[in-house]
Amino acid sequence: MDLSYYPGCTLKTRALNFEDSAIAAMAVLGVNLIELPRWNCCGTVYSMTDDDLAHHIAPVRNLVRIAEQGSDRVVTLCSFCYNTLKRADLLMRNSPEKRNTINTFMDDEIDYDGQVEVVHLLEVLRDDVGWEAVARKVKTSLEGLKVAPYYGCTLTRPQEIAIDSVESPTVLQGLMQAVGTTVLDFPLATECCGSFEIVSDPDAVIERAYTILGMAQRKGADAIVVSCPLCAHNLGHKQAEIAGKYSDFTGMPIVYFTQLLALAVGVNPEVCRFDLNFGGVEALLRDRGLIPQRV
Amino acid sequence: MEVIKKVLVIGGGVAGIQAALDIADGGYQVILVEKTPSVGGHMAQYAEVFPTLDCPQCILTPKMVDVGQHSNITLLTYAELQKVSGEVGNFTVEILQKARKVNHKKCTGCGTCWQKCPEKVPSEYDAGIADRAAIYIPFAQAVPAKPVIDTEHCRYIKHLEFVEGETEGKRPPQCRICERLCPAEAIDWEQEAQTITEQVGAIVVATGFDLMPIKRLPEYAEDPDVIDGIQFERMLSPGGPNAGVVRRPSDGKIPGEVVFVSCAGSRDPEHGVPHCSRVCCMYLAKQAMLYKHAVHDSQAHIFYIDTRTTGKGYEEFLQRTMTEGTVYLRGKVSRIYRDGDKLKVMGVDTLSGKQVEVSADLVVLGMAMLPSVGAKDMAARLGIATDEQGFFTESHIKIDPLESTRPGIYLAGTAQGPKDIPDSVAQGSGAASKVLGLFARSEMTPEGLTVG
Repeated sequence: MDLSYYPGCTLKTRALNFEDSAIAAMAVLGVNLIELPRWNCCGTVYSMTDDDLAHHIAPVRNLVRIAEQGSDRVVTLCSFCYNTLKRADLLMRNSPEKRNTINTFMDDEIDYDGQVEVVHLLEVLRDDVGWEAVARKVKTSLEGLKVAPYYGCTLTRPQEIAIDSVESPTVLQGLMQAVGTTVLDFPLATECCGSFEIVSDPDAVIERAYTILGMAQRKGADAIVVSCPLCAHNLGHKQAEIAGKYSDFTGMPIVYFTQLLALAVGVNPEVCRFDLNFGGVEALLRDRGLIPQRV
Repeated sequence: MEVIKKVLVIGGGVAGIQAALDIADGGYQVILVEKTPSVGGHMAQYAEVFPTLDCPQCILTPKMVDVGQHSNITLLTYAELQKVSGEVGNFTVEILQKARKVNHKKCTGCGTCWQKCPEKVPSEYDAGIADRAAIYIPFAQAVPAKPVIDTEHCRYIKHLEFVEGETEGKRPPQCRICERLCPAEAIDWEQEAQTITEQVGAIVVATGFDLMPIKRLPEYAEDPDVIDGIQFERMLSPGGPNAGVVRRPSDGKIPGEVVFVSCAGSRDPEHGVPHCSRVCCMYLAKQAMLYKHAVHDSQAHIFYIDTRTTGKGYEEFLQRTMTEGTVYLRGKVSRIYRDGDKLKVMGVDTLSGKQVEVSADLVVLGMAMLPSVGAKDMAARLGIATDEQGFFTESHIKIDPLESTRPGIYLAGTAQGPKDIPDSVAQGSGAASKVLGLFARSEMTPEGLTVG
């Protein structure tokens, strides 16, 4: 199966480990993620201001690109991209007046009125591939690895675009069980990581991260599995600082669901780029014999 | 056409009891139908009732005994309305009397059977926090104080079904302990359900409410120590399973910190329930007060949106709860989760503008009041309208609040909408006066209007 794939900025910079592992793992599962030949910024954050239509032009232009090449479905990896593209699509479907304004503003482009379905990779895995098919492709079961699933906010909020239950999503649990891990009951799975407050109020993010990481540590998690590059960043890159401030915190590996999926279906660990992860993922996987010892 | 001067009252809670008593005292025949084995309704479950903190056993039980003994009242417990036909002044109703498997004419209510029955089932009266036997009266003050056999759980009935069904596997034991020990030989395995047909001139519907199940709010954790308001009433009740000692369900520990959550499910269009349940502000204030009386040096927090205390003496009661040390936090709770021995309640305090996390040993949710389970089916049988939630629609929301949408069928209590005990009693009496007014006439015109 071929699927149009929209990467977004972070997957080409900080989150190469997310993108590379996803493309390789999906290929093993028989899904080819074909990157759009031309794309621009997703808009980053969906503007909540009612008349601020200019902010929706970036995501709509992406949807136009996708429609232009004859695709009716696009998959994203980054959950922020999923959120802005999906909500822009919803706006264009549901508000004729705003749709008209935006289409008129972009009169050099074809009109967009909801020709494209925006999906997240987790939906493809759950609905198109299925957990049983994933389980059948597992070469190296990740048995014994205890993971805390962490969704962040943008995959399940607002309700209209949620890929799963808003309050108690289970999609990561399904995937992680299919690849053999033990999935812990993690009450903070949908708590906010601090999101873009990392720019204006990093101390607040440190507090959020400590709450979430500390809970995972108390629950006995080996790692937190994430689906969003911003979550990965907020939970990951200040861990030394958190450990300095709170003596009970000793570090928590942060890993993308695609990396564990790739590892389980037999993708070369080097492709997964565990060296880019925070919190000691390489050491953990080496310790469990899931990646080779350093030579 | 002649008006049949007999009334059917459906539901034996406080509203139905009041309507039945007032009509019976007015000199007319009443058939009171209650689906559980005893009258009393939810009110009988409460520990003490606001704002005067009297014990429902003291103020309700006399009325329950009255309906059991009144010469004008035929009490049919463990029975349900099946079918209604006809019109105002002359309805034909079919009532299903479920099989009790106990001959109440012989039974003396001595209690031997329910003390010795070996089968244990979660008690409906204790809202699942304690067990009852398979042959049981729901609670000590039940009217009638004679038991029924729960045929779903009785070991001997299961045995009979097994033998008849010729199924594979292990045969359930014969048991029959109740039968062997009954001094009055009242156990009657042959007794079957029967349909009773009656002619009545009017019907009062007082089928009450049920609380929204906690599982509809997944963010409030499926945890044994997250309970609803009625369960906490049973814990506080001196006649409850722990004789009024508050113990949390998970480990029996006496909780030092309790968090109460108002509007759990109510005033929440996202969960499909936009209405205010009207009583939660008051009963949570009362429960916090009673809890602090029961457990000294304890801490009670109440999360609220607004405090709605519109009844007589209610605001004064609330002020008392506040001055006795219960902490009120204005904001909603987003999540409750377990962290080791404690529950964590995450919410917001909109007065300080800060997110708060309160730890608790026990969390009490003031769950939304919904129409009793089966209310929509009941409405279909009666041919009356309901609102979206299933509360029965009144003929006019302001000036005809007692009439249903079908002439001759009147509404009382929480079946019409959330309300407290005084309002339920008042509406019960109001519905009774409507029936008495109808019965003051002897003939119906073809248009269905009564004439003198």
